[in-house]
Amino acid sequence: MTHFSALNRYLPALTLLMLLPAWEVICRSFDVPAYLFPSPSLIFESFMEVEPARWLEHLWATLRVALLGFGLSLMISIPLAMLMVNSQYLSKTLYPFLVIVQSTPVVAIAPLLITMFGSGEAPRLAITCLITFFPLVVSAMTGMLATPPELIDLSRSLRAPRYKEVLAIRLPYSLPHIFSGMKVAITLSIIGAVVAEFVAAEQGLGYFIQFSTSFFKVPQAFAALIFLSLISLALFKLVHWIQSYFFGWTLTKGKA
Amino acid sequence: MQPYVSLKNVSHSYPTDKGKSVLALQNVSFDIEKHQFVAVVGPSGCGKSTLLRLLSGLMMPTEGQVNIFGTAVTEPRDEIGIVFQQPTLLPWLNVTENVVFPVKHKTGRVSSQTRSQAQKMIEMVGLADFAKRMPNELSGGMQQRVGIARALLMDPEILIMDEPFSALDALTREEMGFELLRIWNESPKTVLFITHSITEAVLLADKVLIMSPRPGRLSAQIDIQLPRPRSAETIHDPAFATYASEIRQHIYHPHKAGEDSKASVTAINKKLVNL
Ligand SMILES: Nc1ncnc2c1ncn2[C@@H]1O[C@H](COP(=O)(O)OP(=O)(O)OP(=O)(O)O)[C@@H](O)[C@H]1O
Ligand SMILES: [Mg+2]
Repeated sequence: MTHFSALNRYLPALTLLMLLPAWEVICRSFDVPAYLFPSPSLIFESFMEVEPARWLEHLWATLRVALLGFGLSLMISIPLAMLMVNSQYLSKTLYPFLVIVQSTPVVAIAPLLITMFGSGEAPRLAITCLITFFPLVVSAMTGMLATPPELIDLSRSLRAPRYKEVLAIRLPYSLPHIFSGMKVAITLSIIGAVVAEFVAAEQGLGYFIQFSTSFFKVPQAFAALIFLSLISLALFKLVHWIQSYFFGWTLTKGKA
Repeated sequence: MQPYVSLKNVSHSYPTDKGKSVLALQNVSFDIEKHQFVAVVGPSGCGKSTLLRLLSGLMMPTEGQVNIFGTAVTEPRDEIGIVFQQPTLLPWLNVTENVVFPVKHKTGRVSSQTRSQAQKMIEMVGLADFAKRMPNELSGGMQQRVGIARALLMDPEILIMDEPFSALDALTREEMGFELLRIWNESPKTVLFITHSITEAVLLADKVLIMSPRPGRLSAQIDIQLPRPRSAETIHDPAFATYASEIRQHIYHPHKAGEDSKASVTAINKKLVNL
């Protein structure tokens, strides 16, 4: 049983490891040009060509924007969801706006935001915030509205003020939903940061990819791409870890 | 003298999506005396939970008056402890924290005195070994018992229970019933006990209210004058069977449940009083 689950756990990594030689062999035997689809060994070589300090610089720039944007988004979206759940009027007026903003492609808004906010960090944060906002608001609202009416009755039978009903009952009850939203949003935050860097930046993995491809250094761009996937994956895992470590009850399917 | 709890011509209808409304209770009137144990029986959907929500002040009746201590109920009050039909536990709090939750939610803090009282209540419902467990680690019946401990924590003057034993097995159910009677005896309180079980109603209550469905009306009130303290032996009392069959008559044949059985109950009540 145990070795079986261990196999399950490492299966994705194993598959990847087995795909690498195949990829290498195909690239070499068909002479695929490096500027179209570089082989793993070439990607690795170009990865080594760039100094570790510069990699770290780019990586940190992207990660910083992604995390700050995500954090900002979280700080705005959860209170907003609480307000919207509390007031029918507010949710009726705001919700359509949120949907409109969500259905406008962020990639299309990005250049506009940059002309508005200048080329500093602010527009990049705004873009990341914008792209992560919707899943967070929607998941928080769904969770809060899914609170069993009996729990609300319990709160009302104690004549507890409305804000306590939201803070002490609806908010914790929505945590499983919020965590699902956060898992979606955290990976979107990397996308947001990269999109912002495509439009205007002097640093970051997105910028690095654009810069590399414009000089036909495709293997380098691939190396950056792999970095991006790894960060996304790591952030996703981090959210999951925080959930299971501090909020374990949100993961157990219970009758309560 | 004013009755302790009274409903006068209470009707309640719920609004529905299409602008229509569902009449859940129609013209219900009854009184409960201080420290009386009243059971409510009736088929599913006859408005028992609606009754609970009206009495506990969670909603106002569309017609009629609900009075407690002689004044109209306009909002929930501190003297009432409620056991909801669903075990409404907070999934992020362990058993002890769930039991003290009402106090914490209301006042923001929990005294050590309240905590030791909570410990006692948890022991009383037989969950001493589970005090630190989370709700999703408990069975449905255990969750219900946590709900009972929570309602009893502040020793409320009025206790309203909505099918509190429905998820328990027959044995635990009986045991919990007698435990409830013991608590009621020790610190007397006025109890409204909603149940599907006729046996349970007769075994526990001073008075049984029988409700008929759609729209929910009160079809009969029967005084149960079996001697107290009651025990498992009470079931073998011939009067017990008479009460039970009388109630059954009212539920299944409301129009036929006429003079015969009423006469027999009256006769039994007289006999019991004379004893
Ligand atoms: N919130 C609501 N909105 C609309 N109708 C409702 C609502 N709550 C209850 N009803 C209706 O009122 C009637 C009585 O419901 P209630 O929950 O009081 O029944 P009950 O006697 O407690 O049933 P059960 O034994 O199944 O718990 C039912 O017909 C139900 O459909
Ligand atoms: Mg009910």
